[in-house]
Amino acid sequence: MKAIALLASVITGAVLLYGVQDFAPWADPTSPASTHVASYYIENTVRETYIPNIVTAVLGDYRGYDTMFETVVIFCAGMAVICVLRRSKS
Amino acid sequence: MSGLTAEIVAKYNYWLYVILMMVGLYAMIGKRNLVKKLLGMNIFQTAIILFYVSMGVKRDAGIPIVNKYEVLKNGIDAATVVNPLPHVLMLTAIVVSVSVTGVALAVMLRIYREYGTLEEDEILEKIGK
Amino acid sequence: MKHLQEKAALREFGDNQIIRVSTRIMVPFIQLFGLYVIAHGHVSPGGGFQGGVLLGASYILLALAFDLKTSFKNFSESMNGILGNVGALIYVGTAVLCALVGGLFLDYSALTALLPIDPIQWRYLGVFIVEVGVGLAVMSIMLSLYWDLSSGGDMDEGL
Repeated sequence: MKAIALLASVITGAVLLYGVQDFAPWADPTSPASTHVASYYIENTVRETYIPNIVTAVLGDYRGYDTMFETVVIFCAGMAVICVLRRSKS
Repeated sequence: MSGLTAEIVAKYNYWLYVILMMVGLYAMIGKRNLVKKLLGMNIFQTAIILFYVSMGVKRDAGIPIVNKYEVLKNGIDAATVVNPLPHVLMLTAIVVSVSVTGVALAVMLRIYREYGTLEEDEILEKIGK
Repeated sequence: MKHLQEKAALREFGDNQIIRVSTRIMVPFIQLFGLYVIAHGHVSPGGGFQGGVLLGASYILLALAFDLKTSFKNFSESMNGILGNVGALIYVGTAVLCALVGGLFLDYSALTALLPIDPIQWRYLGVFIVEVGVGLAVMSIMLSLYWDLSSGGDMDEGL
């Protein structure tokens, strides 16, 4: 069992490392992740929302729908833990 | 060989995250104890969070908190600020990871209460009986 | 290990004057810092999630240093449930309110119909309102997770 697990992780790691060579080098300002849509947020967030912290602005305003269901997810987690564990006093 | 070394040096962060991720994957598949499996899952999530945050890094760039009045007056060059979008995604991912860990620990407590053990094969034996 | 377990069963272990006094001093400052992190999420690193976790951690520290019953005296279980629900309701309520006053769902600038200020300023304020809701919900859920997991659902002993 452990040999199979080791083999599976080594093979998966080798495949991932083979895929890594297509990535941009570390801290490259022209990498695809930093050039496509991210520069729009950096340039226009302050003008559109007056919020200096761009991360909070994207979290609360542009991706507000995502954050709303994030809150619902942790709420559901709390409810689930109460339902699984709580024993009635009587 | 020197080509491989140059490749590793240029992308050492990705190599570290892949190794960390595989440690987590091995713990999830290979270990028999349920708590160790959960710890493996947490290591896996940490590797993914580090991977995303390191994708947003730009050389010689500052944190994504800017001077409001100066930006309103003069505008800003996107190359002077790191990419904020991976940070936002990982902020939500961390919260999901906390929720998943809490629910998993609760289910484990319930399993321990029912079967008296957290070892996978002993639980399977007791269920089959 | 056996020795430690016996000592913990007798509640001698960790029942220490230094821990109690320093916890009593630290908890208000942790809560103040949590409120600061929520309120200043716009202009400094922070936000609803982080501040909520800090607020929850202060009560968890109280429950760790004293007892679960002592922590219920400071922050009761029903209050915790109410605050968690109110937090989630603030977020969804703000979003629905935006739709009701004529804008899109979660479009805070539509709230100018309620209070006529600059629509961009309303986007600033809307994010703040939403973060307060997230902070309340996260605090309540963190605390409830700790209570349930540490006592196994009995809500009497704790660690």
